[in-house]
Amino acid sequence: MTDFHTFSKQIRLRVLELCNQKRTSHIGGAFSVADVLAVLYGDVLDVHPEKIDDPSRDRLFYSKGHACTALYAALELRGFFQGKDLLKEFTENGSYFTSHINHRLPGVELSTGSLGHALGVACGTAVACKRRQMGNTVCAILSDGELDEGSNWEAILFAAHNRLDNLMVVIDFNKIQSFGTVKEVMDLDPLADKFRAFNWDVEEVDGHSTEDLQEVLTRFKSARSGRPKCLIAHTVKGKGVSFMENDLLWHYRSPSDQDVQRAREELESA
Amino acid sequence: MRNTFINTLVELAAAQDDLFLLCGDLGYSVLEPFATRFPDRFLNAGIAEQNMTTVAVGLAREGYNVFTYSIGNFPTLRCMEQIRYDVCYHEANVKVVAVGAGYAYGPQGVSHHTTEDLAMMRALPGMTVCAPADASEARAAAAFMARHKGPGYVRLNKSGEPDVHAEVGIADIAPGKFIPVINGVDTLVLATGAMVQPMMVEVRQSGRNWALWSTPFVGGYDRDSMVRLGNKFKRIVTVEEHQLNCGFGSSVVECLSDLYAEGLLAEMPRIKRVAVPNIFIGASGTQEYLRKAAGLTLNGIDW
Repeated sequence: MTDFHTFSKQIRLRVLELCNQKRTSHIGGAFSVADVLAVLYGDVLDVHPEKIDDPSRDRLFYSKGHACTALYAALELRGFFQGKDLLKEFTENGSYFTSHINHRLPGVELSTGSLGHALGVACGTAVACKRRQMGNTVCAILSDGELDEGSNWEAILFAAHNRLDNLMVVIDFNKIQSFGTVKEVMDLDPLADKFRAFNWDVEEVDGHSTEDLQEVLTRFKSARSGRPKCLIAHTVKGKGVSFMENDLLWHYRSPSDQDVQRAREELESA
Repeated sequence: MRNTFINTLVELAAAQDDLFLLCGDLGYSVLEPFATRFPDRFLNAGIAEQNMTTVAVGLAREGYNVFTYSIGNFPTLRCMEQIRYDVCYHEANVKVVAVGAGYAYGPQGVSHHTTEDLAMMRALPGMTVCAPADASEARAAAAFMARHKGPGYVRLNKSGEPDVHAEVGIADIAPGKFIPVINGVDTLVLATGAMVQPMMVEVRQSGRNWALWSTPFVGGYDRDSMVRLGNKFKRIVTVEEHQLNCGFGSSVVECLSDLYAEGLLAEMPRIKRVAVPNIFIGASGTQEYLRKAAGLTLNGIDW
């Protein structure tokens, strides 16, 4: 069993390093999803670096392509990037480590960055896996802001209508999107009720409680209720570094060397 | 043409278990043979073309060759970004099929006039664009797309178009290649899709000794074929049921210009592009009426 606390701390430290050294954005959304990724890649998902194309593997579609650093860090820590140097190659000329995730890297199922695409692809994959009676799980991680995209609601309807109970979605509900809070820009409340009204099974948890995440995701993974499953993970944008938490600024700013020192101290002592 | 394409797909699906058909809640009295025979490889994705396209990518990733089917602009322009990013960037084995090319749905208005699709689709890296001229080309197009790996687009007229290749027949169609319909000298009419047949009538009626060739695939021309064409004909007329901007004629001009720049043509042919003059014809009308209103004719070319 993976020590989630250590795993998510390692993810955040790597994210911090990547955003600082390569002057990239979206550290807030990478920190908010770090615990979700630690539980999925640390325990729940059946994916292995030595058999990335195994047909029976679980599929993870990461729709938060902008928060690539967290996924890259998780995959690197799980050994998917052997022979590659993430820190050195990230965003460099000619590298596939783009600052929106890239399927040309091992372990990345789909390139994303344009929002509202991955859930539909996950639905198609879930149809194929279900019709072939494969027994695996198709997972998609979505941001809250991207639920503004109509294409997601097409997919949400589709998944329930087609009884895709091998599909589970995690919403990283960190309450802040690109130009303001979700409440100000395009209110999603009551979000759980919306999914329930669309005939999904819905759970809500503290998205930083790895115990709660593990409990629900493990249950979701084995459940075959005839309905797709949605876990709303209530998270904090910038989670783990006090001066980044709940601040829109960290959707954009890349941390300075001085910020990094303070951030690292907080993350390491957590 | 539409029914021939689908019926060919049904025949192919019997032998090829990777063919999957998704429709956007269209295809009444057309798609039933596929849906009935292959229920495990058919799905109505509802009136949600963006999602239909991403679902197709998901299925394609799992090994299917997926055909998405809807009318004109809906499986194409409406989900342009899904086609660009999810289908083409991922080199997904997805074939977009649009029925109602040009003014095939004439009286139904501009929503149903498909007059920018060639420009949009041919702009995409890795996309093979096919616009069959008649039922026999549509049959060959279905066979081609069933075996082709990667993104494809098929632009179908609706129904009732007379045969172009009835006399000689065609064995196959291939990207980049042309099919001679009428032999002639000096001037070549190069048409695509359902404009080939009316051009056949016009050339014959004109009494001119012009050649007419069909172009089932738009863009991606075979260089040798195009060099031969460019050196053989001094004058070329391109004809399409599509806007002038960036369409079939543009693709021919671009290719010939590039070959000329490379020194592969002795001289650059004179090229007249017959196309919709970058306007929306908001009026109702039959396909024939709207083609005429758009000026899709050889009349007025005084060569």
